[in-house]
Amino acid sequence: MASTTPLDIPPAPPETRSRPKSTGRAGDKIFLGLSRGSGILLLVVMASIAVFLSYRAYLAISENEGDFLTTLDWNPAGDPPVFGIAVLLFGTVVSSIIAMVIAVPIAVGIALFISHYAPRKLAAPLAYVIDLLAAVPSIVYGIWGALVLVPYLEGLNLWLDQFFGWTYIFEKTEIGVPRSLFTVGILLAIMILPIVTSVSREVFLQVPKMNEEAALALGATRWEVIRLSVLPFGRSGIISASMLGLGRALGETMAVATVLSPSFLISLHVLNHGGGTFAQNIAAKFGEADEFGRDALIASGLVLFILTLLVNGAARLIIARRKEYSGANA
Amino acid sequence: MTHATTTDIQDDRPRTSPEPRKAGLSSRSLPRWSPLGFAVVAIALGVGISLAAGWHSRVQWGLISALLFMAISYVTTTVVENQRQAKDRLATSIVWVCFLVAVVPLASLLWTTVSRGVERLDGYFLTHSMAGVLGPEHSGGVYHALIGTLEQVGIATVISAPLGLLTAVYLVEYGKGSLARAVTFFVDVMTGIPSIVAGLFILSIMLIAELEPSGLMGALALTILMIPVVVRSTEEMLKLVPNELREASLALGIPKWRTILKVVLPTAIGGITTGVMLAIARIAGETAPIMLLVFGSQLINTNPFEGAQSSLPFYIYEQYKVGEVASYDRAWAAALVLIAFVMILNLVARGIARWKAPKTGR
Repeated sequence: MASTTPLDIPPAPPETRSRPKSTGRAGDKIFLGLSRGSGILLLVVMASIAVFLSYRAYLAISENEGDFLTTLDWNPAGDPPVFGIAVLLFGTVVSSIIAMVIAVPIAVGIALFISHYAPRKLAAPLAYVIDLLAAVPSIVYGIWGALVLVPYLEGLNLWLDQFFGWTYIFEKTEIGVPRSLFTVGILLAIMILPIVTSVSREVFLQVPKMNEEAALALGATRWEVIRLSVLPFGRSGIISASMLGLGRALGETMAVATVLSPSFLISLHVLNHGGGTFAQNIAAKFGEADEFGRDALIASGLVLFILTLLVNGAARLIIARRKEYSGANA
Repeated sequence: MTHATTTDIQDDRPRTSPEPRKAGLSSRSLPRWSPLGFAVVAIALGVGISLAAGWHSRVQWGLISALLFMAISYVTTTVVENQRQAKDRLATSIVWVCFLVAVVPLASLLWTTVSRGVERLDGYFLTHSMAGVLGPEHSGGVYHALIGTLEQVGIATVISAPLGLLTAVYLVEYGKGSLARAVTFFVDVMTGIPSIVAGLFILSIMLIAELEPSGLMGALALTILMIPVVVRSTEEMLKLVPNELREASLALGIPKWRTILKVVLPTAIGGITTGVMLAIARIAGETAPIMLLVFGSQLINTNPFEGAQSSLPFYIYEQYKVGEVASYDRAWAAALVLIAFVMILNLVARGIARWKAPKTGR
């Protein structure tokens, strides 16, 4: 992106070409060195994150007696040490999917509300409040989820079980507080709403006014304007906003750790207790872990790292592609 | 409203077409207040049905009313106007419902934190630590955690603000070619690193170098989370600085580094400050790295380079884990302190952004 902005094009070429390198401007060299150095340092940090995590993970996995990918247990302190990420991967993916299914449509709705439906005077403060909500720390969502949301969701759980129990997914086979993957999904949905909303809203505001006005001039209703010009233009923006939200949901630690009552089981009964996520498992098992146990946790963290890298990388690629063909922000 | 005016015009003219209603440019339209009417009917019906069925959850009342509202307005509009208008109204109601549905939990979150938080929040709470306080006791405070948060966030800021600033300068003022592209890409990727992974990275260094947990280790993990945010926002701000300023300065024979330091950065300083403050607000609420690297402590430890410390978010988690009424109170009060801290930072930062916004010349 930086290389395509008009800003850095004009001064550079004549300077480097026409002038010999020894102009005596030491300041320039030092400054360039410093700024390039910090850029390189960032790359080094990224690389070392991957290297260090992989190294410690290798130490753990090479001692693991179980299969790292399929074992349904986490007992690195045992003899022999056995641990696997199957449950964590399952829990992380399922809770994130639930969160996305709930959050994305609602977030797009709110973004449309702010950009196209809300009264003008209400829209700006609303956008502001949404941005502020994105800054609420996750631990606050966590204790709110555990102390307020969980008791509140009991009714919804019973209702889902009663009417949708036949789907197997929503069958609740036990009694108790709903500290389940489903509740985690709902809480994650609430947490990522602000970020998905604010990114989608920005995209919706970039829709060329001409397109919307053309649709209006053809007699389209407001919904038709949105369907014909806003949503097609904003589609990739919505996708990338959702992916950013997904990235957050995947790596969320505290909110899951406070709400979920974990167990090492894979069950599609999402209303039941149990399951776990990568981040939650690290938070829960860290206190009791010895050095080998920590290495095992680092190994699971490495998988989470790769997962979020893939999701975020995909989101960035989609954003970058949109920027290329969109003339709105040129 | 265009419909109404065309109707008036149409009505004034002598009707020449054989079927006036269908052939006219206008069609029948519902009065402006009709959504309100639908709403009244829907709520009345919804409450009636709920009372009859014996539901007592207000959420159910709201849901049934919302569904009835959509159904009534869709059917009426289809009959009176046409299906396109009906779909439009349906979409409008869905968008409103989305908004209201989202407002409920978010408002509940803020309301609970504030109302539960003020119970315990006072001068005593802010100036005492948890030294010697047992879980169920109604005393103790957050002082040690405040100190921890301020120190850890302070160290993280001191490291990441200059680094992030320089990187952004490199990307905007010098950056060309593959290095700049790689840095841009990895800054984006770094933005998405979960905080717990940043914590694990520092932990793996600690395990290899055999370091002890301390505030500094937590601060280093926070730095990893903070740098990309600073780079991103600074980059955006530097791009807003008009090129004419740079060219004017360079034309006067001023070296590039002086141009950047004396012209570009001062022009963008408001936005840069905002970015740094928003980044601080983001990392101040991070719990996971602190849990892994700083370990938490009940005592006041003002030295971030040695020994366990606490921090506000970790304190909240700790108190939640204790599971007593008194500790929940402390957790909510600390949550209020944390939210207030983050919100004030946000508000001030956005205020600065508006006040010092660079003149873009547009």
